[in-house]
Amino acid sequence: MIAYIIRRLLYAIPILIGVNLLTFALFFFVNSPDDMARVHLGGKRVTPEAIAKWKEDRGYNKPLLYNASGAGAEKLTGTIFYKHSLRLFALEFGRSDNGRNIGYDIRQRMWPSLAIALPIFLVGILVHITFAMLIAFFRGSYLDTAGVVLCVIMMSISALFYVIGGQYLVSMLLRLVPVSGYDIGMDAVKFLVLPVLVGVVSGIGASTRLYRTFFLEEIGKDYVRTARAKGLSELRVLFRHVLKNAMIPILTGVVVVIPLLFTGSLIMESFFGIPGLGSYTIDAINSQDFAIVRAMVFLGSVLYILGLILTDITYTLVDPRVRLS
Amino acid sequence: MPFQFEFLWTDILIYLLLVSVMVFAFYTLRHEHLRVPWRQVSRRPMAMASLVVLSVYVVVGLLDSVHYRPLLETRNQGERVYSNEVLSLLDKLATPLRTRLEKTYSAPFAVQAYTKETMEYPDGRHAREYPRLLYGGAHLKDPGERTADITRRVIVATAMGLALWLPLVTGFLLLWRERTESWSQAARRFVRGEGQVPWRTIWVTTGILIVLTMNAVSLSQVYHILGTDQVGQDVYYKSLKSIRTGLVIGTLTTLVMLPFAAVFGIMAGYFRGWVDDVIQYTYTTLSSIPGVLLIAAAILSLQVYVGNHPDSFHSATERADIRLLFLCLILGVTSWTSLCRLLRGETLKLREMDYLQAARALGSSHVSVMARHILPNVMHIILIAVVLDFSGLVLAEAVLSYVGVGVDPTMDSWGNMINSARLEMAREPVVWWSLASAFVFMFGLVLSANLFSDAVRDAFDPRLRK
Repeated sequence: MIAYIIRRLLYAIPILIGVNLLTFALFFFVNSPDDMARVHLGGKRVTPEAIAKWKEDRGYNKPLLYNASGAGAEKLTGTIFYKHSLRLFALEFGRSDNGRNIGYDIRQRMWPSLAIALPIFLVGILVHITFAMLIAFFRGSYLDTAGVVLCVIMMSISALFYVIGGQYLVSMLLRLVPVSGYDIGMDAVKFLVLPVLVGVVSGIGASTRLYRTFFLEEIGKDYVRTARAKGLSELRVLFRHVLKNAMIPILTGVVVVIPLLFTGSLIMESFFGIPGLGSYTIDAINSQDFAIVRAMVFLGSVLYILGLILTDITYTLVDPRVRLS
Repeated sequence: MPFQFEFLWTDILIYLLLVSVMVFAFYTLRHEHLRVPWRQVSRRPMAMASLVVLSVYVVVGLLDSVHYRPLLETRNQGERVYSNEVLSLLDKLATPLRTRLEKTYSAPFAVQAYTKETMEYPDGRHAREYPRLLYGGAHLKDPGERTADITRRVIVATAMGLALWLPLVTGFLLLWRERTESWSQAARRFVRGEGQVPWRTIWVTTGILIVLTMNAVSLSQVYHILGTDQVGQDVYYKSLKSIRTGLVIGTLTTLVMLPFAAVFGIMAGYFRGWVDDVIQYTYTTLSSIPGVLLIAAAILSLQVYVGNHPDSFHSATERADIRLLFLCLILGVTSWTSLCRLLRGETLKLREMDYLQAARALGSSHVSVMARHILPNVMHIILIAVVLDFSGLVLAEAVLSYVGVGVDPTMDSWGNMINSARLEMAREPVVWWSLASAFVFMFGLVLSANLFSDAVRDAFDPRLRK
């Protein structure tokens, strides 16, 4: 088991190198630092001196890959690739284009992200599985058909409408909770209720429908017939046998996003004004802050790969038939 | 010529897509094993109703994909000067909608503006009042006649719609009637919905759509049926223009990613060894970058490029078009990996089959084995992936435009409409019509796409086949 995890971690390294090279190419080859400086300075302020100063302030004034003027190791370390890309492996994110410490910002902002993403995740799973089981229990009836149709309708609505609709209905018409904002400590609860509600509801359509097929697939199997044959009630069959086995495919899709909960949701956070990593990314995109986008791409990939490894480990925990090798 | 055709990049790709769909349809018609699942799809009432709705969207999208630049003037040496503005056939058809600009917001069917203005009366009095709109309901002498006018127009348009629909149904019944059958028998069979293809559902849907279209055409001549936006543009026109954007994102992305996914997926599964390793490494790397962030990074790069090379683009339309195409490309890059993985798995299974061994033994080359024996046998996976992806991509466009990395802000799209609606919802009174129109148009497309793709999946997935 441990050997397997170590091997998976080692296998992640070439992938991260690939991600790193890709973002490096995207940000420095497609557009040279001069181009970035020109866009950032904008308009009339673009003079060769201003560009040179902009690049020097952000450490973009070095050669891309090979520094011929450096001495010894400087030849390789005195480059943009070393300073801005390779350092990401040590999770040193450096400074953003407007001079803030990205690493510090990320550590500050991941907690609000988690405060909204974790409840959505947990309540979401619970609600979606409950609904899926309910529909599976009434399979073949009109309730089943109605449930599936409702799911298709719900998944045909863009997440944006759920957010805007939820804000309008709950906050502006009923005035139950504030429209947006965030606070620390227990005061945060009143700000979190609506985002969590919207997040859970907007996921109902797609997830419930997917989980329903998992349940139905399990219900058709032989062991379920055996369980019924020995006289178990339908509810008992569903909870004791079907649920357990249907959890395997459900977990595959679910565990992989756990590490990504840290990075938050772009839409939710920007709509509800939550100072998490999602809104951090959106702000960076809108202000064209390349350093932050680069850092977030790398962080996102690391967490995703972590999620994949976690998924495999969960497999062995829930399904004894799976052996990792 | 009084105009000059303008071929945008996405237009060319759309025509290409159209041709490939036709080729595929022709191929399907000649192969029984492909016709069977399609026949199964054609027997699902829901799927066929969705198909009718979808085809309306497609027609609007295609009309909006034929672009031209109108002739401005002919100089004395016979030199022709064409306008810089690129128009489409849809623009031409909807000229009144496009050109009748109000000053600012107005509600659907409104005759008065949304904001008060200081008005001067002939007797020198000044008062703050809601002015009449320039075009919306301008034919009415008294705003109080509005309801009566709308009712009259709805009745006439509905009657005209039905008058158009009835001959169509009658014509259909003539063709559909079997020789031995009497007229009333055929009509009874039709009304009862007998027969394998759900013609009743299809024609009822068509009828509803014809009546709706007639109403929309008739009413939009004199009213802004979905209101106007901040700069006074007709929201109904904007919603119609957004259809093309949505369809392009949903279909061209697939067209772009399909060759990569198919070639790489099949190659990885067929050759195994180092080819497999390289391809697996590539897609694992690409799929490990969160999609939105990769798109954001790529679009930012494009923005910098466009900002530094303003000369490469002749018009704003062209610039917006390049961005749309680029968005399709990058969405394709993020979405080909899952299909590639599926195809690799299927090919791994297929390559051990006896008939493939036989083909190899008879001297077929690798290329011909992959193209003639593997590709047709993974076609159902590709088809299912294509139709299932479509609605997700249309929804993704809205989110990306909201995040600021979607289509060009000047381009009409549902995402941009929703984006601007954010501020509109905070106004008093609430400006709800932009959001509502984007919702209705998008929901119609995505819902029918979802229902149709469900039927296609059920018909083509061998695991679900009974």
